[in-house]
Amino acid sequence: MSKQTRTIKVDALARVEGEGALHVRIKDGVVKDVKFRIFEPPRFFEAFLQGRLYSEAPDITARICGICPIAYMMGASQAMEDALGMAVTGPLRDLRRLIYCGEWIESHVLHAYLLHAPDFLGFEDAIRLSQHHPGVVEKALQLKKLGNRILEVIGGRAVHPVNLRVGGFYRTPRKDAIRALIGPLQWAVEASLDTVKLVGGFDFPDYHYDYTCVSLHHPDEYPITQGRLISNRGLDIAIDEFSNHIIEQHVAHSNALQGHLQGSDCYLVGPIARYNNNFEQLSDLARQAAGEAGLGRVCDNPFQSIVVRAVETLYACEEALRLAENYEEPDAPYVEPTVQAGIGHGCTEAPRGICYHRYQLDENGRILEATIVPPTSQNQLQIERDLWGVVEKNLDLPEDRLKWRCEQTIRNYDPCISCATHFLRLTVERE
Amino acid sequence: MAGKRKPKLAVWKFSSCDGCQLSLLDCEDELLTVAASVEIAYFLEATRATIKGPYALSLVEGSISTPEDAERIRAVRRQSKVLITIGACATSGGIQALRNFQDVEQFISTVYARPEFIDTLATSTAIAEHVPVDFELRGCPIDKHQLLEVLNAFLNGRKPNVPRHSQCIECKQAGTVCVMVARGTPCLGPVTQAGCGNLCPSCNRGCYGCFGPKETPNPASLSARFGELGMAQPAVKQIYRLFNAHAPEFQQESQRHE
Ligand code: SF4
Ligand code: SF4
Repeated sequence: MSKQTRTIKVDALARVEGEGALHVRIKDGVVKDVKFRIFEPPRFFEAFLQGRLYSEAPDITARICGICPIAYMMGASQAMEDALGMAVTGPLRDLRRLIYCGEWIESHVLHAYLLHAPDFLGFEDAIRLSQHHPGVVEKALQLKKLGNRILEVIGGRAVHPVNLRVGGFYRTPRKDAIRALIGPLQWAVEASLDTVKLVGGFDFPDYHYDYTCVSLHHPDEYPITQGRLISNRGLDIAIDEFSNHIIEQHVAHSNALQGHLQGSDCYLVGPIARYNNNFEQLSDLARQAAGEAGLGRVCDNPFQSIVVRAVETLYACEEALRLAENYEEPDAPYVEPTVQAGIGHGCTEAPRGICYHRYQLDENGRILEATIVPPTSQNQLQIERDLWGVVEKNLDLPEDRLKWRCEQTIRNYDPCISCATHFLRLTVERE
Repeated sequence: MAGKRKPKLAVWKFSSCDGCQLSLLDCEDELLTVAASVEIAYFLEATRATIKGPYALSLVEGSISTPEDAERIRAVRRQSKVLITIGACATSGGIQALRNFQDVEQFISTVYARPEFIDTLATSTAIAEHVPVDFELRGCPIDKHQLLEVLNAFLNGRKPNVPRHSQCIECKQAGTVCVMVARGTPCLGPVTQAGCGNLCPSCNRGCYGCFGPKETPNPASLSARFGELGMAQPAVKQIYRLFNAHAPEFQQESQRHE
């Protein structure tokens, strides 16, 4: 087998958002090269943000990704608030955390059930899965719907909500509208606990990696909207130092820029990184469920990311429930910004990991310069590294199984390729 | 296996944010029913199984912004009996069409350190500028109820019920107080097609035109009103230059204010 020259092509990587391609070269049974390409056409957000008003950035950057618009809207808003020397606190901050929980629930459930679970159960998609396991997909859809419901109640709609702005919201939701989420959220806590049990029982391919995990960390809570940037190797910086430590590189085989952490060649962002760096801040129920589902204090098997996503979904449901129960209508829907020149940074935990924004404004609040670093571009190098390891371990798998396993490895990252600029064409070349 | 074969549905992606196809997955209550009435033959965001064309119905998301995409859309058209474009990207070039007003070389070097690696067209254009389109569904993103209506209509051989009147009519129908009259907030509602469910005005903000131009809009008279509200010329230009900047009516109006 190893002396043959074979090429396998997958014209499209399915069940990821966006477009990507994978090329693997194997010579005499040894992996020689792995290239994960992103060839979603570039859309030039950073360029056309120049000259726009600070207040337009949340709605514009939302269109980078339809799956995680809140991450972009919130990162842009907070960066602008930083540049304008203002802060959003108290009930408005809570409301932001609540809508962000909605995005975590919607995005994690979409990925875990509709995109990733079919790999573990050997189905091509969730619709085929639903025909063999009636009830499972229906329940997941209800859970996802609740995540979207939170986005609709607070933001007006699930994809590209309209009610978020620099300083807070255009209109604060009424107390009875938020309170109406309580019953469904109580159900969701139970439903997501069942999810953790279900996915914890999957078979996970044996693969481990000693990741450099980068995430936010907040003294009082599991990080979602704010915090310091930390790693398990001693990094601990304020977000405005981001670009001193993380450099984006443009490589020939991709339309996305790759993130590099100074002093370490690749690093991991996303659910596993957050979990490893912030385990103690999960709720008691979430930590217990994680343990029962077979997760240790530290997760080093990327295939278990589906379990971590389920644990985070549970946490997000509990957190959303708490916030909904405590909700009181804020006095004003937003803090009024005062326009001034400045530089501001914003960084939040998108479902796929840290998403960083930096803007420079002139005295009229016009954007002079914009930098946006989405999670998938940061994970790109780590994805290649994992693929390398996974292919090495599975060289004797038949070609179609190996191909599927590679796809599954990429889907571990829930790669939002639209974000990273942005479908997978897989070629395995065996010499 | 007996009985009539179900019509084959394909979902295609071009330059976009995936938000419009996500709207199909967001039909949580209807998704499995839709999946039961059609054969999902190509929908990469949802399934790795692909079935060869021809397809009864193709939904196309995204704009044409690379030379390969300009080729690929022709291939999609050849394989599709009915082709429906979904969303502002596909119907008017999307937010990425802002490059059409500027120098794309400069855009590339602003974002990428190695411009020579990037292969892109100077413009981002609507699908209908490349191939004949059977129906255009508007919005950034599309409204999922409108999407279900369009799917139902085409599967049953009838005309979709998607009104082309303005956002203003939607405000009146919903009893939403006009933000322009009551608060002096500039609003694109008078020239924007209805369908979103009256979202922005009911959040006390002006419509920013994400559903694109209504049928026979009169943006010149709206711009004059913006002037009376104290909006400066450059701001009037920018208000039309967002998610439907390349829609002809919005494009012309923005150019008038250059
Ligand atoms: S029209 Fe808007 S929501 Fe739809 S794909 Fe384009 S950017 Fe995304
Ligand atoms: S009001 Fe206008 S901008 Fe707002 S969602 Fe509706 S069409 Fe889009």
